[in-house]
Amino acid sequence: MTPSSHLDAAFSALADPTRRAILARLALGEASVMELAEPFSMSQPAVSKHLKVLEQAGLISRGRDAQRRPCRIEGRAFAEMEEWLENYRRFWEGQFRQLDALLDELKAAKKKARAATPGAKGKRK
Amino acid sequence: MNAATPRTTVGLKVSAPGAREILLTRLFDAPRDLVFDAFTKPELIKRWMFGPEGWSLPVCDLELKAGGKMHYVWKHKDGNSMGMRGAFREIKRPSRIVHTEIFDEDWTGGETLVTTLFTEKDGKTLVEQTILYSSRAARDAVLKSPMEDGAAQGYNRLDKFLAGQADRRGAA
Repeated sequence: MTPSSHLDAAFSALADPTRRAILARLALGEASVMELAEPFSMSQPAVSKHLKVLEQAGLISRGRDAQRRPCRIEGRAFAEMEEWLENYRRFWEGQFRQLDALLDELKAAKKKARAATPGAKGKRK
Repeated sequence: MNAATPRTTVGLKVSAPGAREILLTRLFDAPRDLVFDAFTKPELIKRWMFGPEGWSLPVCDLELKAGGKMHYVWKHKDGNSMGMRGAFREIKRPSRIVHTEIFDEDWTGGETLVTTLFTEKDGKTLVEQTILYSSRAARDAVLKSPMEDGAAQGYNRLDKFLAGQADRRGAA
């Protein structure tokens, strides 16, 4: 898998709320399918299906212990994805702060215009 | 004036709700008609969507009607520029805009479809913007952009220019 298709698979894997919840649980420590199925009140096969998607996306790995096959969160894939989204967020947050400043200015101008023309609500200069 | 203070988490939320989508959610402390204007009037757009430090948005032409075209050109003080074109599919003032976008250097793997919703509560406005890429492969193209760039709609290009590693193919 190329890094980008890897990342794409990761995003798809995370598009499902149950899978996000499973990852949140695994962030606290490894768990077996049985241990995961319980809090989600899902059948083990249903949980296994979700785990397969997460595993294919490189977000989790399964232990070798044939009995439990504990699931672990894969830090690297997760961090990569978080980083990408965080960079994206940071850029747009910067743009939107500029917009905040502009909106403050527009609001003030509107207020002023209203104050200057009593009775004429919301008239623009 | 710009993002000198990072570490806010109350601001913009970004998520990936589907295999081909990115969703941005942001609350603005202003009534909806003002926010809608800021997203649709060129003289206002130029004052906030000019990209990172050193960039400006000298060209912002748009016909605000279904089928109307848009054309943006960002310029860097060092002479690099980047253009984007698109068309409006739907405009419902002041609640909804649907438009397409494509960059002159098509690095998003085809057109993106952008749906922007404006919802007012208690004098504040919630903006929800969904960017739908043409395919998973297309979104791959976006994800291929270097990790250190904010790979927003074309702005990763801008960041690259800033970092002094301009890709000259598209330079005007």
